[in-house]
Amino acid sequence: MKGMSIIVQKVSQLMAGLIFIYGVYIILHGHLTPGGGFAGGAIIAGAFILLILAFGSSALNLKKEIAGSSNTESIAILMVVVLALMALLFGSKIFFFNYLPRGEPGELLSAGVIPLYNTFIGIEVAGAILTIFLALVIFKEESLK
Amino acid sequence: MDALIPLFVAIPLISAFLIVILGKLIKSFHRILAPLSLLALLILAIYVFTGLGNSSISYALGGWTGNGGKPLGIYMVLDGFSILMLCIINLIGLIALLYSLAYISKYTAESNYFALFCLIVAGMNGVVLSGDLFNLFVFLEVSVISSYALVAFGVGKTELEASFKYQVLGGLASMLILLAIALIYWQSKTLNIVDIRVFFDAGYNRSFYVFVQVLLIAGFGMKAAIIPFHAWLPDAHSSAPSPISAMLSGVLIKAVGIYVLIRLFFNLFVFSYEIAMILTSLGAISMVVGSLLAIIQWDLKRLLAYSSISQVGYVVMAFGMGILLLVRGNNEAAAILAIAGGLYHMINHAVFKGLLFLNAGSIEHRLDTRDLKKMGGLSRVMPVTYTTSFMASMSISGIPPFNGFFSKLIIIIAAINGRFYLLATLAVLVSIITLGYFLKFQRFAFFNKAAGQAVKKIKEVPFPMSFSMIFLAVLCLALSLLALPSVRETILSPAIDVLIQAELHSKTIIGM
Amino acid sequence: MIVYILCFVLFLVGLYGVITRRNLIKIAISLSVMEFSIFLILALIGYIDGGLAPIVDPGTPAQVYVDPLPQAMVLTAIVIGLATTAMLMAIAIRLYRKYKTFDIREINKLRG
Repeated sequence: MKGMSIIVQKVSQLMAGLIFIYGVYIILHGHLTPGGGFAGGAIIAGAFILLILAFGSSALNLKKEIAGSSNTESIAILMVVVLALMALLFGSKIFFFNYLPRGEPGELLSAGVIPLYNTFIGIEVAGAILTIFLALVIFKEESLK
Repeated sequence: MDALIPLFVAIPLISAFLIVILGKLIKSFHRILAPLSLLALLILAIYVFTGLGNSSISYALGGWTGNGGKPLGIYMVLDGFSILMLCIINLIGLIALLYSLAYISKYTAESNYFALFCLIVAGMNGVVLSGDLFNLFVFLEVSVISSYALVAFGVGKTELEASFKYQVLGGLASMLILLAIALIYWQSKTLNIVDIRVFFDAGYNRSFYVFVQVLLIAGFGMKAAIIPFHAWLPDAHSSAPSPISAMLSGVLIKAVGIYVLIRLFFNLFVFSYEIAMILTSLGAISMVVGSLLAIIQWDLKRLLAYSSISQVGYVVMAFGMGILLLVRGNNEAAAILAIAGGLYHMINHAVFKGLLFLNAGSIEHRLDTRDLKKMGGLSRVMPVTYTTSFMASMSISGIPPFNGFFSKLIIIIAAINGRFYLLATLAVLVSIITLGYFLKFQRFAFFNKAAGQAVKKIKEVPFPMSFSMIFLAVLCLALSLLALPSVRETILSPAIDVLIQAELHSKTIIGM
Repeated sequence: MIVYILCFVLFLVGLYGVITRRNLIKIAISLSVMEFSIFLILALIGYIDGGLAPIVDPGTPAQVYVDPLPQAMVLTAIVIGLATTAMLMAIAIRLYRKYKTFDIREINKLRG
């Protein structure tokens, strides 16, 4: 599909970086403020989708993009399950146990393994939403030919 | 034994996503990993089954146990009923997976198929192992969304239409279930199944109680395809690839439909007479209407799908009779017999309906048609398919010495002992009608000589497919041993104990 | 009490859409509207009069917070709803490619 006009392209180039940083902020503070993995991941996917809509899919190599986002999503979810299973090896041998040091409540580096879960779930949700969007774009491109 | 419980969900989840990543790098990686992981699950299930006995294990995820009698956190509960369902799910899953190793050559994108298959098994394992309501809903959605994708796998016109219809009705059912969970949480302020039972024992608002139970019957009835919620089943089960039809009809409608209904109505809600009447009558109506609609079908897999509705009606009717007898309170032996009959028929139906759908898949693999009028004379050229389908048809119609006879006999004896004479006569009549349409299937597919000219060049199906069919046929014969009282005691009694004596097991689970 | 009745009315609006609309996309959107009404009911159930948002500030004394468990349930259910809608849309556009129409009266090869 074609892109949009030059004004939209320049504004979205400026905004996409800020939206990405906002999404990363929501993911990292998931144990302190509302949000967490799901909401932050959706916002990060929004940043990428904004760029694709503004510049048009002819500016991308769609097959490589969708392979990249699909692999990112699968690796992230494997890391979540591996992190949960690693609790079976350390400490008290319970699935999903919180085995890293807890720290002070209210600090950024606290609450054990929860920020790691938030990060990987955020990456996974962003990859999943981006894969769905790219699959629909590829389908549209193929049916137009 | 405790640490093995989360592995039932973790192993298929890891293998599904490993297949997605590494399937692009290594050719035929999925052909090694998927059967290995399901075989590991089956071995784990049998090991836990032999080691469990009559006890229940509850496993608190993350170590979040309760304090002061209130359970916090998510519990995974393994008791006699769950381990029975786990064995059935993993066994039929492994057999259907072995069958699809040869069947899938007709389709492209093979690695996606195996990844989705592992996700269905992971979702169903999660449903039977979960100890609280919302965890059950999440795993239910995981398995059901994977099944939507698998029904539409060969993207032809009928598959897509069947998948769309299935998705809309399945989505509606999930919404009703979520609404019922929200209403239960509103009253009881907890999500743990055992804790909600403690709350309901103390007293409840009558109209709210009946409303929530009717919502749950509607929601899970749509998942289990009881009449009048059956409209998606003939289309979805006939258009799916055959091993997926075997999984859907054999285990999915049981693990996410009947299992949850029985778990909630025995272990969560206090028994009530009206709801038991509703369940029994819905089961009886499904039994009769399903078989009547199956006689007139000329499409082979649609006939088998309507027959599934009829057999599921048997199971629901048996459990409904059990609740009615327990509410009346004077005939506990007949209630135990009815519940044993329902469990036994559930196990049997998974085996012989899976075998029948695999047979239909073999016929379709070689002939490219599902229309009964176009087949004929296959008994000479496809001997394995013919023999196994003959055994399965005799099983489902209730002919001794196959397993279907014993399970239907137990249900009918329980009905007569509990003085439900109308239900016993209906069960016998439906059994005769079942024999009728399965003889129709046998005659038109295997014996009809008129269309025999084009039959000469058809060979038997490849080895993975025939091995799966032979294994299930042998299991049909072996399961008839379950009718012996001593064998039945060891295998089915833990499940029946869990269902009837809810208070005994609840105390061990949350340690109150 | 009036908010719960309004949520239920929204559920019925979604149900009306699923039953009576003929366009595939409108059926999918009505299913989404039904889902959102259930999320609203779930989030409203946890409300306590005079409660604050359940964010614990270390150092301040304990106060009355609203129930955070329904909010966690709604987050998970939103993601499940996203997956359901994405599946429906994928099937809908494939159906469009096969039948060249979105009308469900044309897509009726399976009957009986």
